[in-house]
Amino acid sequence: MNKKINQTINFGPQHPAAHGVLRIVMELDGEVVVKTDPHIGLLHRATEKLAETKIYNQNIGYMDRLDYVSMMCNEHGYVLAIEKLLNVKIPIRAQYIRVMFDEITRILNHLLWLGATAIDIGAMTVFLYCFREREELFDCYEAASGARMHANYYRAGGVVRDLPNEMPKYKYNKWQSKKMIDSLNKNRQGSLLDFIWDFTERFPQKVDEYETLLTDNRIWKIRNVNIGVIEPDRAIALGFTGPMLRGSGVAWDLRRKQPYAIYKKLNFKIPVGTNGDCYDRYLVRVEEMRQSNIIIRQCVEWLKKNSGPVMVDNSKIVPPKKDKLKSNMEALIHHFKLFSEGYTLPVGEVYAAVEAPKGEFGIYLVSDGSNKPYRLKIRAPGFAHLAGFDEMVRGHMLADAVSILASQDIVLGEIDR
Amino acid sequence: MYDILSNFFTGDLLHVVWIGFLSGCIIIPLLLSVAYLSYAERKVIGYIQGRIGPNRVGIYGLLQPFADLFKLVGKEIINPTRSNTFLFIVAPVLTLAPAIIAWAVIPFDLGMALADINAGVLFIFAMSSFGVYGVLIAGWASNSKYALLGAMRSAAQTISYEIAMGFSLVGVLMASGSMNLQKIVLAQDGCLINWFVWPLMPLFLVFWIAGIAETNRAPFDVAEGESEIVAGFHVEYSGTAFAVFFLAEYANMILIGVLTSIFFLGGWLSPFKGLPILEDLFIFVPGTIWLFVKTGLFLFVYLWIRATFPRYRYDQIMRLGWKVLIPTTLVWIIVLGFMIKFEISPWFRV
Repeated sequence: MNKKINQTINFGPQHPAAHGVLRIVMELDGEVVVKTDPHIGLLHRATEKLAETKIYNQNIGYMDRLDYVSMMCNEHGYVLAIEKLLNVKIPIRAQYIRVMFDEITRILNHLLWLGATAIDIGAMTVFLYCFREREELFDCYEAASGARMHANYYRAGGVVRDLPNEMPKYKYNKWQSKKMIDSLNKNRQGSLLDFIWDFTERFPQKVDEYETLLTDNRIWKIRNVNIGVIEPDRAIALGFTGPMLRGSGVAWDLRRKQPYAIYKKLNFKIPVGTNGDCYDRYLVRVEEMRQSNIIIRQCVEWLKKNSGPVMVDNSKIVPPKKDKLKSNMEALIHHFKLFSEGYTLPVGEVYAAVEAPKGEFGIYLVSDGSNKPYRLKIRAPGFAHLAGFDEMVRGHMLADAVSILASQDIVLGEIDR
Repeated sequence: MYDILSNFFTGDLLHVVWIGFLSGCIIIPLLLSVAYLSYAERKVIGYIQGRIGPNRVGIYGLLQPFADLFKLVGKEIINPTRSNTFLFIVAPVLTLAPAIIAWAVIPFDLGMALADINAGVLFIFAMSSFGVYGVLIAGWASNSKYALLGAMRSAAQTISYEIAMGFSLVGVLMASGSMNLQKIVLAQDGCLINWFVWPLMPLFLVFWIAGIAETNRAPFDVAEGESEIVAGFHVEYSGTAFAVFFLAEYANMILIGVLTSIFFLGGWLSPFKGLPILEDLFIFVPGTIWLFVKTGLFLFVYLWIRATFPRYRYDQIMRLGWKVLIPTTLVWIIVLGFMIKFEISPWFRV
């Protein structure tokens, strides 16, 4: 009789469940995974190196493209690092806007995660339900920043412009009936804040809708409960953050543990799991969507009541108002300097981190006093998670590898950088 | 029609031509309904998911199946390196052929069957078991690891679900006392109370679940397992060869729908037969239409299930088959034996 040899298969880079361009060389004994070896780097774009050749503000756009489903959170991490080194205090309204968009981003990310995970496990309807809600949040992005995904909205010193007082509306056309357009425009009559408020009113019911399809579904449960269990101490040792860590029962959330922006003033809960399996991570993320919704409502309430500047009044880092350029000599000089060579940071190094939807997104910035970063190191949460993949998946079946990978919420944009 | 043909052919030849003609009468509508089942699937699932589904080709997208067909036929059949070409081409044929042959014994109305044979149930069972060979050979001949995994899963799944299906049919045979499909339907004569679905409810559910598993449809589509093993056994197939697999899958779906209607929902019988007013109201509906309505109901449930449920894991399917479905059938066969012995009305009167 022949000696039994394990089979090695190539999971990806073009695999429906690879979440982008991940390649995993997987050793299988029948269908049981013996060993996995994730090969990353297929989406390597040299962001860190590229950042060293660009002035500070030009790098914000690259941050959007790292984890391309939690855009504004990445921007927040980067501008936070710059602000920390510059030691500027940004206006309170800008902080509220940032937190509001961070939480919108969190919902965006978790919705994509939920849809993608469901489709990986075979429930394809949830995916389209999630995308239905994502559309409206992208409209918020678009109204504020002009772009639906890669917003480029945060700046060192605040946000680039205040929230619009009017939501863009659908125009009447010959393909859609007047009634349909009117119903589409129904919640767009007021400002962006009214639109977001209307969304937060409806969103909890939508989450209930996803949960009726999944949470108590027997098939969903047997596919997720006790799959990919990670103990709390191992999760900490592997550098897990975000829902991956909280799913194991460790209540670690930077929004609470190292508060930035105005999270200290906000009222929200940190959901934690108990078993550290895929199902707990699912529950944690679903609850986080509900909590984010609560945070957004608090921000909208504050923003509706209070107005004020959204950028610091410091012409060394923020361009002056356009109307001043014609009459004011200093304004013209500042404008020219900022748009030709940008601003410089004092010599030093800084680490700033935000609680991105996937975990701790950190920026380690070294400045040599010039107008470009000397070194920009990105701490992407997904990288540590993927490194723990082998440990989580050993002994499980091939189909479980898919659900574990999905529960890690992998985005190769930030891992390969 | 027979008279017209008899002008041109005589003797045995006439017989062969006549059978060919009748087969055509089954196969062509069958392939058309396969085409429109795929259209219905996309539309139904589309609306479930808050989309519209195909609506560009023809009015309401009604020509979409043909657009798909022409696209697939126009594509190259790529033969993977170091695969067994003969088996590679034969496999889809081996899948489609049994799915169509099984239709020979289906009675569409009283006396409306191509072959009214006494062992009809056995014939259908044999044919539906045959289908797995196509899948197995496809997986083996593709020389691809994903295809092999899919074939392995499919083989294991079919074997275990065939048993559950067989046992649930034992109940039908006991209740009707015949293997002839027409006689099974006639044994359910009467209004919808008389149908076997009531005394055989657990067997009906087992048969239906096993039927979904037999056709490799969600949530039992582990052989395809789109997100795990990409497309399973037909990952290497393209063009016409893929289209043939596709046809076979949908023809099998319709077959299971029709069989469930025949075994448990009284086939072509009207649900209102023997009821005072309703019978007269629906007397104009021919039996064939009733059969199609019942089949359509099951096909809709197929699509509904696909849109709703996540996929089982391969070993979990085995567990469901062996530990839940087969014991259920065994228990119910005994219960059914007593029901027949004590002549429970209205189903088992002598």
